[in-house]
Amino acid sequence: MTLVVAHTRRSYRSYAAPMVGLGSFIAFVLLVEVLIRIGALNRFIIPAPSEIIASFGRLFLEENIVQRFIFTAAECIAAGVMVTVCGVTIGVVMQRFSLLQRACETWVAAFASAPLVLAYPLFMVIFGRNAWTIIMMGFFSALPPVILKTIEGISGTRKVLVNVGRSFNLTGTQQFWKILFPAALPTIFVGVRLGLIFALINIVGTEFLINFGGLGQLINDLAERYDLAGTYAAICFVILVSVLFFIVLEKAERWLRPVD
Amino acid sequence: MAETGRLRQAAVAAPLLSPVTLLRVAIILGVLAVWEFLADSGWLYRDVVPSLLSIGRALAALLSDRNYYFNLGVTAAEIGAALAIGGTTGLAVGLLLGGNRFLSKAFEPYLYYLGPTPKIIFFPVMIMWFGVGPESKVALGTLSCFFPVALNVAAGMRQIDRVLIRVGESFRATTAQMVSKIYLPAMRHPIINGVRLGFGFALIGTLLAETKLSNKGIGFLIIQAYSVFDMPRMYAMLIVLFVLAIGANALIGRLGGLDRIKRT
Repeated sequence: MTLVVAHTRRSYRSYAAPMVGLGSFIAFVLLVEVLIRIGALNRFIIPAPSEIIASFGRLFLEENIVQRFIFTAAECIAAGVMVTVCGVTIGVVMQRFSLLQRACETWVAAFASAPLVLAYPLFMVIFGRNAWTIIMMGFFSALPPVILKTIEGISGTRKVLVNVGRSFNLTGTQQFWKILFPAALPTIFVGVRLGLIFALINIVGTEFLINFGGLGQLINDLAERYDLAGTYAAICFVILVSVLFFIVLEKAERWLRPVD
Repeated sequence: MAETGRLRQAAVAAPLLSPVTLLRVAIILGVLAVWEFLADSGWLYRDVVPSLLSIGRALAALLSDRNYYFNLGVTAAEIGAALAIGGTTGLAVGLLLGGNRFLSKAFEPYLYYLGPTPKIIFFPVMIMWFGVGPESKVALGTLSCFFPVALNVAAGMRQIDRVLIRVGESFRATTAQMVSKIYLPAMRHPIINGVRLGFGFALIGTLLAETKLSNKGIGFLIIQAYSVFDMPRMYAMLIVLFVLAIGANALIGRLGGLDRIKRT
């Protein structure tokens, strides 16, 4: 009986904090609604949350948000595939030739801290105002973490695994595909996850900035039409998509992580 | 004597330039040669890849232009304000969440999942709230900077050695004393790391906002160069900007002692 009570208390405690978080969020939304209705907040600057919720239906029916989402997702997948293939290949080559790694690894790290997204006008000149500019912005911003984590993953392969491969007289190719790559896969995926997050951020950002493509363009369009409720609803939709994308990648990373 | 001989031999045998330096020089020269070849080839539209000479000239003109320094000052002030506001609020929220498990469980997931969303999409909202002037750019920079600082500080606070906290408690330190004497000194590296990340995000947020809607600042100059198709000037501005951003990033890390952390 005491055990059951203790267990109930513990489970109640574990739910209490998230409930307080959710409750605070709902209370905040209700407070904003009340403040707007009594005129304390200007509804021409901040639309009422009820109006934002109501405009979601309009986004689906009139603004083709599903097609726009598919467009942005396709850009992300294209950038993701390119960055995985190129990033992992470059990382493997750099790790294979230590001189190349020592010469270029700091450059790749510096490249990661460069504000590459600011070069979007340059990409527009090179690729034109089309999906390729957006995909390439996503690709280049996602490249450094994939390269760096591939190098880290392969370099961090346990010595005992490499020795097992040697004792079986594996060729270099066999050693790579059967020992090094599988052992490095969880770390490589950390890089791919980070890269995909950077790619999504830059893809939606570039869509917004160049007014072309999927979800980013929708926000820009709605803002230019001064459709406040629609703009806020579209921003909420993008946040929701980003959070879901982030959670899925996190789950995939956990699934790939070896059990200790 | 034998030792001296060995030392002298080693000194003679040491190459003037290490293989790494030679390879770096070779890569840089190779890239520059390919660039110049592409510029001369006519395969691409004129000025998409301008010659190195014209980029060099544009760089010299840019660095001797007083108007450029005025715009650089505007952008620097906006980034500084964003970093100060976003960094301070991020620090306070991070300390609060890192020091209280209940609050952390209640609110940190929201920060954790909102952190990696693209902040530039909030720019229309910032314009409506703060107008088209520098305030909206500072606001976007602040929003971009807040999340990495708060999350880093909260994570750093949880990693503080329990012994240090018990020492503070056994001396009956007040909350203010605990923050100033225990928490902040023990969390120097996570805070500096957060500030470094926050600086990068504030810079991107502010400059992107300037490229979207502004009449001064480096972002405005970049988009102006694009609109008149002055490619050498655009390349020159991007080079200076990248050098400044990478340099500032490294400087913050060095000042905070991040380069002296021993990695095990």
